[in-house]
Amino acid sequence: MGHSLHLTVDGQEHTLVVDSRTTLLDALRDRLGVMSAKKGCDHGQCGACTVLVDGRRLNSCLALALTHDGAEVTTADGLAPEGELSTLHRAFLALDAFQCGYCTPGQVCSAAGMLAEAADDAPSVVTEDLEGPVELSEEEIRERMSGNLCRCGAYVNIVAAVSRAAEESR
Amino acid sequence: MSDLLTTTSVGTHQVRLDGPDKVRGRAPYAYEHPLTDPLYLYPLQAEIARGRAAHIDASAAEAAEGVVYVLTADNAPELASTDDGELAILRSAEIGFRGQYLGAVIATTPEQARHAAELVDITYDQDDHDVELREDHPAAREPESGSGDVRTGDVDTALAEAAVSIDERYSTPMEHNNPMEPHTTVARWDGDSLTLWTSTQGVHPARSTLAPVLGVEQEKIRIISPHVGGGFGSKGLPHADMMLTALAAQAVPGRPVKYAVTRQQMFSITGYRAPTLQHIRLGARADGTLTAFAYDAISMSSQTKEFPEESTKPGRMMYAGDNRRLTQRVVPLDVPVPSWMRAPGEAPGMVGLEIAMDELAVAAGLDPIELRVRNDPTTDPDTGLPFNQRRLVDCLREGADRFGWEKRNPQPRTRQENGWFIGMGVASATYPAGRQPGSVARIRRTPEGFEVSIGAADLGTGTWTVLSQTAADALGVPIGQVDLRIGDTALPNATVAGGSTGLASWSTAIVSAAQELRSEHGADPAIGAEAQGEAEANPAAEKFALHSFGAHFAEVRIQPTTGEIRLDRMFGMFSAGQIVNPSTARSQLIGGMTMGVGMALHEKGELDPRFGHVVNHDLAEYHVPVNADITDIEADWLDEKDPHAGPLGARGVGEIGIVGAAAAIANAAFNATGVRVRDLPIFGDAFLPT
Ligand code: FES
Ligand code: FES
Repeated sequence: MGHSLHLTVDGQEHTLVVDSRTTLLDALRDRLGVMSAKKGCDHGQCGACTVLVDGRRLNSCLALALTHDGAEVTTADGLAPEGELSTLHRAFLALDAFQCGYCTPGQVCSAAGMLAEAADDAPSVVTEDLEGPVELSEEEIRERMSGNLCRCGAYVNIVAAVSRAAEESR
Repeated sequence: MSDLLTTTSVGTHQVRLDGPDKVRGRAPYAYEHPLTDPLYLYPLQAEIARGRAAHIDASAAEAAEGVVYVLTADNAPELASTDDGELAILRSAEIGFRGQYLGAVIATTPEQARHAAELVDITYDQDDHDVELREDHPAAREPESGSGDVRTGDVDTALAEAAVSIDERYSTPMEHNNPMEPHTTVARWDGDSLTLWTSTQGVHPARSTLAPVLGVEQEKIRIISPHVGGGFGSKGLPHADMMLTALAAQAVPGRPVKYAVTRQQMFSITGYRAPTLQHIRLGARADGTLTAFAYDAISMSSQTKEFPEESTKPGRMMYAGDNRRLTQRVVPLDVPVPSWMRAPGEAPGMVGLEIAMDELAVAAGLDPIELRVRNDPTTDPDTGLPFNQRRLVDCLREGADRFGWEKRNPQPRTRQENGWFIGMGVASATYPAGRQPGSVARIRRTPEGFEVSIGAADLGTGTWTVLSQTAADALGVPIGQVDLRIGDTALPNATVAGGSTGLASWSTAIVSAAQELRSEHGADPAIGAEAQGEAEANPAAEKFALHSFGAHFAEVRIQPTTGEIRLDRMFGMFSAGQIVNPSTARSQLIGGMTMGVGMALHEKGELDPRFGHVVNHDLAEYHVPVNADITDIEADWLDEKDPHAGPLGARGVGEIGIVGAAAAIANAAFNATGVRVRDLPIFGDAFLPT
């Protein structure tokens, strides 16, 4: 059964008809051909499908597309408008924060969302002072990036890349 | 000794050439090639471990919205060969393991296909199954394709007379590769030609395996796989998902059929590391030199197709000792087909062996590094050949310095900080330095530079980058003039990215093609001039035992009240010949070590004996390391070139990072607590008072 849905993806407007069972991830990949968001598990267990929805990071495999009618979706590709790599992208490249690259767009979106959360002083489970500003230590980054699995094992480089991007965007 | 290439780009840091696309998510993996009018496949899988699918009623599914076709054994096309039990699917009603494919639904949308698959009614005749591996299993037998037993001298007498000895049992569990990109195949038939966009570690090997099963000439099959989202061995051999998609797509000629194996299905379809049971007995003189070496191992295999996980492999060549006995057996059970997982044989084998060496060091009152130094053989105990470069001792000594090994107290349970016990451990690493014959590279002069073509694969290994570096040096031009093409059977033949042989094999072909180009067309070939070169078998393999070596150092922290174990830091020192690109090589080594942390502390497929399936078949319950588990892992290597490895002098670093990593962590846990864990993974309950 089809229902109409409006999405803005990486700045592009789309109106599409989807099944009520279609996830946001499948709407992107199978209906719109937006392949930057990856499918690693389809169950909210790996983070490969992470995109920014209205500025917040989200596992798009866990969201039904129809519940996001009118939303603004940004993928890792959309974080590089006109092909211009962002600070995060460049840090991932320079520090070899990936191998196969399959988890990478999700890592980049997650890092972008996480940097915004930290800038808003949202504490994590390892934050000592729940009221104060968040200092993005390596421990904080590791904790906040733990929803994004990397089977290639690029974690040490991912933490280095996110640290560098955090510093440069300060 | 072969002539080594003069290097300019090789050996220097080079950002991944495929990187800008990958960080944005623009590099197309198998599912992501733009194709018109695709259909979607969802499989039918057996829900019993042994028996028959007596009756399959697909009528409700066929009538469901969007369904185009339902494939079962009743209407499946004939196969030309059924020799490969894993690939010969839908031949009969017989079921060999739970999760085996019984058919597939093809529909217009993925939701419709999945829903319709649930509507298919399957009636089973169930037989008793056996999925439990045990040491005294009556079905244990020598593998059909194994390395054979070793029996030298008199082990039993040597053990009885040894001044120090150990006699222990070790085990490693079922482990699952779990590359982040699920195995995916998109198949389209155009007349009698088949195109597969798939995720594979070798397009040509996959084609030559599938063609005879499908009964199609190789030339009629094209396989395209420019980017692979990890594999770690599981994408090395084609699995049944490729067959299923290719067979199903025959019913809808001209239309691409897409199938991404779900994460849950991967646990029964795409291979795994078979569990092993290892019985190791070591005997030594009072000074620690080995006199007796006995290693009897059993691994699980499948009734559907044999796969021997030969954990005894590294035991054949690691250490000296006059009296030796190594036996390897497999037990074929009603389980999914095991396959390659990063360093098959070596990875589980160096768990038992390297923990056993640590135990022998304790028994002999020796530093574990010193014990290994005293048992470092001058020639390969297995073949009698000299080693190419056996620099294990250099790795151990240099690694110990860099890690701060002198701070370790050999007495366990002596170092405590904030209520946590701290310990350090060491283990050796080894992996064969293989090179496969048969890869071909073609180089063509273009207005911009040189087009270099070879059907190689990049699964995160850095192939796009390191082969471009290799070609640049082979041609004597800057890397910007190299236009590399890989991952397509339309390109010249390449051997599989497996067994750490990819780099050595493909680079040999590229260097030879560059030489051909020069000798046929001179130093400055005209535009359009081209030449091919082929990688021959490595002649040095007949004169030398070719291996890489390494040493892992780990420091762990264990909370005695809760048993919680944390890895604080880890360092690996490797001898792998020439390193082509320090950044990608470091990533591969660290990545292997990180997977070794999973092997040590997290990973275990729980096979339910009642039903024969892996219960924890997803990423929430089959734990792999996450970012917060990995604090400080570093790897480095000895500055060297291997004169016997090929024109680059490089040996490949895809697997050695995982070999021995888990044992170093287990040995550190012993040093921290005095508790010896011999069964992986190490869970906290091991350290709780009983
Ligand atoms: S695909 Fe969404 S979390 Fe794994
Ligand atoms: S780069 Fe391969 S899974 Fe992260």
